Amino acid sequence: MKLFGILLACALTAMAAGETILIRDADVYPVSAKEMKGVCLLIQDGRIAEIAAKILPPKGARVVDAKGLRVYPGIIDSGTELGLSEISSVRESVDTGEIGEFMPQLRALVAVNPDSEHFGVVRVNGITSAVTFPSSSSGGGGGRFGGGERQLISGQAALIHTDGWTWEDMAVKRSAAMSVAFPSLGGRGGRGGAVPDSVVEILGVTGVTGGTANARRQYDDAIAKLNDYFDNARRYQKAKAAHLADFRTDLKFEAMLPVLEGKVPVAVSAARASTIHDAVQWAKKQNIKIVIMQPREIGKAAADLKAENVPLIFGRTLALPETEDSPYDEAFTLPAEAYKAGVKFAFGTFSNEFVRNVPYQAATAVAFGLPYEEALKAVTLNPAQIWGVADQVGSLEKGKFADLMITDGDPLEIQTQIKHLYIKGKEVSLDNRQTRLYQRYLNRN
Amino acid sequence: MKKLILTALVALAPLAAETIVIQNATIMTVAKGTLKGSVVVKDGKIVEVGEKVMVPQGATVIDATNQYVIPGIIDCHSHIAGDGGINEGSVSVSSMVDIKDIINPEDIAIYRALAGGVTTANILHGSANAIGGQTVVLKMRWGKDAQSMIFEGATPGIKFALGENPKRAGNPQGGRGATGTTVPARYPATRMGVEDTIREAFNEAKIYKAGWDDYKAKVAAGQHPIPPRKDLKLEALKEVLEGTRYVHAHCYRADEILMLLRVADDYGFKIRTLQHVLEGYKVAKEIAAHGAGASTFSDWWSYKVEAFDAIPYNAAIMTKKGVLVSLNSDDAELMRHLNSEAGKVMKYGGMSETEALAMVTLNPAKQLGIENRVGSIEVGKDADLVIYDKFPLSDYAKVQKVLIDGHKYFDRDEEVSSRPAKAAEKQKLLEKEKQAAPGRGAPAGRGGRIG
Repeated sequence: MKLFGILLACALTAMAAGETILIRDADVYPVSAKEMKGVCLLIQDGRIAEIAAKILPPKGARVVDAKGLRVYPGIIDSGTELGLSEISSVRESVDTGEIGEFMPQLRALVAVNPDSEHFGVVRVNGITSAVTFPSSSSGGGGGRFGGGERQLISGQAALIHTDGWTWEDMAVKRSAAMSVAFPSLGGRGGRGGAVPDSVVEILGVTGVTGGTANARRQYDDAIAKLNDYFDNARRYQKAKAAHLADFRTDLKFEAMLPVLEGKVPVAVSAARASTIHDAVQWAKKQNIKIVIMQPREIGKAAADLKAENVPLIFGRTLALPETEDSPYDEAFTLPAEAYKAGVKFAFGTFSNEFVRNVPYQAATAVAFGLPYEEALKAVTLNPAQIWGVADQVGSLEKGKFADLMITDGDPLEIQTQIKHLYIKGKEVSLDNRQTRLYQRYLNRN
Repeated sequence: MKKLILTALVALAPLAAETIVIQNATIMTVAKGTLKGSVVVKDGKIVEVGEKVMVPQGATVIDATNQYVIPGIIDCHSHIAGDGGINEGSVSVSSMVDIKDIINPEDIAIYRALAGGVTTANILHGSANAIGGQTVVLKMRWGKDAQSMIFEGATPGIKFALGENPKRAGNPQGGRGATGTTVPARYPATRMGVEDTIREAFNEAKIYKAGWDDYKAKVAAGQHPIPPRKDLKLEALKEVLEGTRYVHAHCYRADEILMLLRVADDYGFKIRTLQHVLEGYKVAKEIAAHGAGASTFSDWWSYKVEAFDAIPYNAAIMTKKGVLVSLNSDDAELMRHLNSEAGKVMKYGGMSETEALAMVTLNPAKQLGIENRVGSIEVGKDADLVIYDKFPLSDYAKVQKVLIDGHKYFDRDEEVSSRPAKAAEKQKLLEKEKQAAPGRGAPAGRGGRIG
């Protein structure tokens, strides 16, 4: 049995380079178009070659009969630490949260461990790519283990496939976003950590020791520092363009150029509407692209987001309300609110442990008012568009990477099983550390 | 202000038990299959379940067409409704402290749990020490006082904890309880020490119990001996030895699980439930032989070393090997969707619909010794019922109504329609506050949380 498994694994590997696969008689849900029942999908050289009612199997093609099954594009999680964090409480296994206040030159991609056990685990639920962030959830240098000052720019997030031999193999977009910590009046938000704007306005309560004046000063200081940094980066940009004789390459400012040129967005976590508003207006002034992450309210910020065409990356939908008197379903209804406001959004989990549950976050949003099609888009095509890779992933379209799954039902539904998973046209085993432990101990005597 | 809140709370609390008929529903009884029909509730109890029932005169009828009814969800591991700290971590054995003494009936987490279909929860002490404090079972009777929330007649429990948490508390390298070099290390700092701490405590408790047994025997024989000195720490452990207090033991790794079972065997008591028990699947045979229940997470893993071998198949393997398994939350958020957490054991490990649902209803009821009252939809049991709009084990389902003892404690339609009025009231209060204290700064030392 074991030998057979090894042989099978070898066989799969051998076939990996550009195998031609014909998925036949499947219900195909491209996301970018209406579903097609009982059709064929052809994978060639890692890409989707054709979707049609009838395709004759090319010579040497492997035929997968998918009668009664469905085909969806792979799911994308827009906020993770995949590959960078193995056991979140063990410092040696965590590579997020470097020391240093301005660290735009850091690249999450190069620290991605392709053999992280998390990849196999998340693939079981159809997650084929993810944005992995260099910043720590605490925002501090030295990561969640502390020991460094607060980071304002923590480096470049990468969009990666959840399978590959090396991080180079895995890269879909090496630099998908620049992770920037934008200051907020009244704490950084998060569970129970934010004082609602209505209270700040009326009482001046901010949650910061030392009162309003102190909070304001800290906020202004942080903004001033960020602006200074961007100003300096622009001077560098000009100096470089001018080919000055004494010009010297600076790795940090060099890393800022794609941001200044609008090629890479800054990704900013902003829980409260006022912070979202401030961040969006700041990005507008800086003339850079911005993505807002982990909003916990939208409210008045909807107009800013809409007007500036700024997308949102929701943190966990399954989250407690911000304050004691917030509606119990506040976090569940937020995606529907964004949808109604005409704001584009995707989902993120911001914790490796929950990446495999990102489809269920989307389903919760559906239960609380989000149209189903929008939920499915928010874990497939929307993130591909937001991160600038819609020509590569996010839907089943000719020419895109064959990142797809064959399922026995709706992928957002817990009960659904993924039967086959393909990343860049290669069938990826659904076996992982957890299934191996399962088999081993199920058969314990 | 306080008075106003109290009045509001009293107004919320249901007044008298109605007769209620829930009609046209898909009823997942857990104990006796699933049927399409009605549930009749009278005087707080389920009096009839059937495809066709007579509607008693004056009964309130709830039409649940296309909806589902399940027994109230029971969370075997929660820390809500506690007033502040739940970890008396200063000592390795804190069996004298009791969660019952710090119940906060106004904790909003109670209402949120209700809105997630939870009607009963086992409220535990934290896991900072090998032998923690006493535990209490509550019904989520939102609006009632602390005393009225306690599940009448439920066997009290005690929290034990193994592994990283109790040893970290004693580890001078950092972590809870050791905030710097000025704080002395607290024993134990290893799994070996955790075993010894428990053995030492039960060694003492056994001697203590012998003293009381001897005293009682002498009294029974007509003698007039001096009673032993009452020791509140050992009293709780004596109850464990006598089987009148349940042990709920936080544990992760297979080695420590086995260790605790053997310690219990040696001292002649039972582990009622192993909590979290993430590697329970590795020693399922031994757990089943001891007769301990297992209360685990559906799919949490990798947040610490001892959670790295956690697998979502844990509940399924343990069930297949004869262990009584429940799924718990340990978290005020997760607590709100234990229904879909149960759905995950259908996905991972192929449990049936009923087996999965039992893991958040009948199984935890059995583990807490309250299955004669709750956990399934059967005639004679408490009318603790939850109505969902969709198949309850799906992540698309949401709670519509929750009944406890036949009273409606949550109604989504009412909740949603009352929001504008609440928002207006809040605005009024804020305006009033603004006028009373214009431009007031933040109170010193105030945290982020308000309310």
